[in-house]
Amino acid sequence: MSFINNLAAMVLAAGGGNGGLLDVNPGLIFWTVITFILLLLILKKLAWKPILTSLSEREQFIEESLKKAETAKADAEKMMQDNKAAIDAADDKAREIIDSAKKEAEALRVKNEEKVKLETQAMIDAAKAEIERKNQEAFVKLKEQVAEIAVDAAEKIVRSSLDKGKQIELVNQYIDDLSKN
Amino acid sequence: MDIDSTKAVVSDTLAQVTEKAQDTGWIMHHILDGNYLEFPPFGVVHLPELHLLGMDISITRHVIFMWLAVIILVFLLGRVAKAYKKSLVPKGINNLMEVLILFVRDEIARPTIGHGFEKFVPYLLTAFFFILTCNFLGLVPYGATATSNIAVTASLATISFIVIQAGGIMKNGFFGYFKGLLPHGLPTWLIPIMFVVELLGLFTKPFALAIRLFANLTAGHIVIMALLGLIFILQTYFVAPVSVAFALFIYLLEILVALIQAYIFTMLSSLFIGMAVHQDH
Repeated sequence: MSFINNLAAMVLAAGGGNGGLLDVNPGLIFWTVITFILLLLILKKLAWKPILTSLSEREQFIEESLKKAETAKADAEKMMQDNKAAIDAADDKAREIIDSAKKEAEALRVKNEEKVKLETQAMIDAAKAEIERKNQEAFVKLKEQVAEIAVDAAEKIVRSSLDKGKQIELVNQYIDDLSKN
Repeated sequence: MDIDSTKAVVSDTLAQVTEKAQDTGWIMHHILDGNYLEFPPFGVVHLPELHLLGMDISITRHVIFMWLAVIILVFLLGRVAKAYKKSLVPKGINNLMEVLILFVRDEIARPTIGHGFEKFVPYLLTAFFFILTCNFLGLVPYGATATSNIAVTASLATISFIVIQAGGIMKNGFFGYFKGLLPHGLPTWLIPIMFVVELLGLFTKPFALAIRLFANLTAGHIVIMALLGLIFILQTYFVAPVSVAFALFIYLLEILVALIQAYIFTMLSSLFIGMAVHQDH
C-alpha cells in the first residue's frame, strides 16, 4: 500500500508545487512574445519576402517556359504537317509527270511502229512487184528462146529429113541435147 | 531462508526503490526553466536576473535557447535568401529549406486558407521554423527545449490567436466576423447560447495548441529521463542496455515528434485562420 501511495505522491509532485511543470513564468511570456515578433519581423524582411518572391518568380518562369515549349511544339507539328502536305503534293505532281511522259512515249512508240510497218509493207510490195516484173521478163525471154529452139529444131529437122532412121536418131539426139540443157 | 525473511528483503528493496523513485527533482531540474546553463561535467553558467516594473524578466535558459533558435534561423534563412538572389536554382542546404518552405506554403497555407493565403504565409513560416528549431535544440546535448515550457507555448498560441482573430476581422469586418461565428438558420432563442459557445470555442483552440505542443515536447523528455533513471533507481548495470535501447528509441521518436508538432501547430493555426477568414464553410 505504501508503495502505491509513494507512486501517487511522485506523480503529484511532478505536477504541481513550487517550480512545477505547469508554473507559468511571466518573464518567459514577455521574452517569448518579444522574441517571436522580432523574429517574425526580421525573417519577413530578410528571408520570407525575397525567398517567396524568388519562388513565385521561378514558378512563373517555369510556367512560361512550359507554355513556350507547348507553342513551339504546336508550331513544329504544324510545320511538319505543312511539309508533309508539300511533299505529298510534289509526289503527286511527279507521278503525274511520269504518267504523262509514259503515255507520250507509248503514243510515240505506236506511231513509230505503224510507220515502220507501212514502210516495210511498201518495201515488200516493191520487192514483190520487182519479182513479178522479173518473172514476166524471164517468161518472155523463155518464150523467145523456146520459139528460137523450136525454129532451130524445125530447121534441123527440115535439113536432115532424108530417112526415117536418121530422123529418129536426130530427134533422139535433139531430145538428149534438150535434157542436157 | 524462510518466507518471512524473503518478504522482509523484498519489502525492504521496494521501500528503498520507492524512496529513490520519489526523488524526481533531477528530471524536473532538466526539463524546467532556470537561471543557469549547465555544461556537465565542466560547470554551470549562472545567468543574470533582470527586473522591469516589478516583473521578473530574467534571461533564463529557455530564453537563451529561443535566442539561439533565432540566431540559427536568421543566419540560415538569410543565406538561403541571398542564394536566391544569385540564382533561382537552389543548391545544397537551400534545397532542404526550400522543401520546408514550399511545404508550409503549398501543403499547409494554400489548401487550408485558400484565397488570400499569401498574407499569412510569413507568420506560418516563422511559427513553423521557430517551433521546429526550438524542438530540435532540445535534442542536442546541453540543449533545453523552450517549447516544453507552458509559458512559451501559451505565448505562441496567444500570438496565433491574435493572428487568427485579426485575419477574420480584417476580412469580414468587426461585426461581420462575430456574426459569422454563428451557423446559418439558427432559431432566435438559441443565438445567445450559441454565441457564448462559439466565443468559448475561439479560446479553446489556441489553448489546445499550447497544451498539445507543451505536453508532447515535455513527455518525450520525461520518458527518456525516466528510462535512464531506472539504472540509478534499481542500482544495477543489467538494466542499462535495456534502458539505453529504450531511451534511444524514444529519442528517435522525439525527432519525429519535433517535426510533427511543428507541423501540427502550423497546420492547425492555418486551419483556424482559414475558418476565421472564410466563415461560410
